[in-house]
Amino acid sequence: MDDQLFARFKKCAVEVLSVDESAVVLDAKFGDDLDADSLDLVELVMALEEEFGITVPEEDLDGVQTVGQAYELVTNKLG
Amino acid sequence: MTSARIGRRVAVTGIGVVAPCGMGVDAFWNGLLAPPPVGRLREIEGWDPSPWFANPKESRRADRFQQIAMAAAAEALLASGDPLGDPARKGVLIATGVGGLHAIEDQVEIRLDKGDRRVSPFLVPMMMANAASAAVSMRYGWQGPCETITTACAASNHGIGYAANLIRWGKVDAMLAGGAESSVTLTAIAGFSNMTAMTSSGISRPFDVDRDGFVLAEAAAVLLLEELESARARGATIFGEILGAASTADAFHITAPSPGGVGAARCMEVALADAELSPADIAHVNAHGTSTPLNDAAEAEAITKVFGTPGPPVTSIKGVTGHSLGAAGAVEAVAVLLSMARRQLPPTAGTTTVDPAMSIDVVLAGPRDWEPGPTISNNFGFGGHNGTLVIGPPPA
Repeated sequence: MDDQLFARFKKCAVEVLSVDESAVVLDAKFGDDLDADSLDLVELVMALEEEFGITVPEEDLDGVQTVGQAYELVTNKLG
Repeated sequence: MTSARIGRRVAVTGIGVVAPCGMGVDAFWNGLLAPPPVGRLREIEGWDPSPWFANPKESRRADRFQQIAMAAAAEALLASGDPLGDPARKGVLIATGVGGLHAIEDQVEIRLDKGDRRVSPFLVPMMMANAASAAVSMRYGWQGPCETITTACAASNHGIGYAANLIRWGKVDAMLAGGAESSVTLTAIAGFSNMTAMTSSGISRPFDVDRDGFVLAEAAAVLLLEELESARARGATIFGEILGAASTADAFHITAPSPGGVGAARCMEVALADAELSPADIAHVNAHGTSTPLNDAAEAEAITKVFGTPGPPVTSIKGVTGHSLGAAGAVEAVAVLLSMARRQLPPTAGTTTVDPAMSIDVVLAGPRDWEPGPTISNNFGFGGHNGTLVIGPPPA
């Protein structure tokens, strides 16, 4: 895992979701562990799109439940 | 004393206020007696929402009008404690003139700058006029009626009147009722300025011969209304009583009051009838008194029509507070209740020379000592909406 890349991802999650940095780990679940609902995820994706200069279509978010899955989505977009 | 009034009696057992002249009832009262600030706008300086929200995520997703409503509701509840009983018998009514105007304006700007895909998913729940009522009901788990009345500058009086009626009619036992407004945005300022409703001199001087428009303000205030006997039974502090209310329409013009103040006069008369009081029973009129040429002329004429000359002492706190639109009635109800507790009427700040065309007794220069009695509190809104409350001191 690219530590620098994940640090940027983590910064977005901490800001948007108001969670502690230590809570943003790959197997953390957005719903159970980060108290984030579907609207929170939309806002997080907006922040990630801005941060990484990518576009994440809504359908790509289907089934995304963990930080790891969202991070993978971002890194895949970066190619 | 027995009352022939319809239904149960309504006590005010808590008050909370967030206003530019003071946060909390004590600071607010001191602000009402202090020299008025100067300028066309009255905003709450250094507002920090964090004490009223669990984390920055929550407060960021609340428009400023909702944030200040939460603070005012918290103070009202703290004042005499949470009324006991079934949460389904307790309701919320936070009125507003507009709703989340900051959210709308910010997000329109974002859409124009960055495109549709950057518009916040929280725009809708932030901008909706009922956002503050919803947030207060969720915070305290109150599951009775949770509604919002949006009748421009008459909204809070309509809201408090309706909330009191729900208690009188036996539908609920307690209501957090008030208003919140935070519409001091660049677009709103431009709109109000271009319609020449706002002052150009930067001085709010209700009923003054030189009045030239209102000072635009933000504020929130909330009353805890409670059925009188249950409030007494739990030993709650009682600040006063809602004796009656009226809501009428001019059915005349979208912004101008009906000529001769006939709409305002009729509203006060309906409120008196609702409270089963006569004009001679009224000890004070807390006027809408916006400092616009038209409102103040019509209201002064209406007061004289109802009460004769000179009539009861008249005050408008808008010399200090400015005009907080849909929150004004709630802020002014708090001022009335504090006037009763302090046995003083705050002066109509900013005003030096009452318009010679008026024959009302405006409290000027400094606070006036008084013997608290039933008080009329008026609000009139664009659209021809009239709202009058009759507020009484704590019953013996």
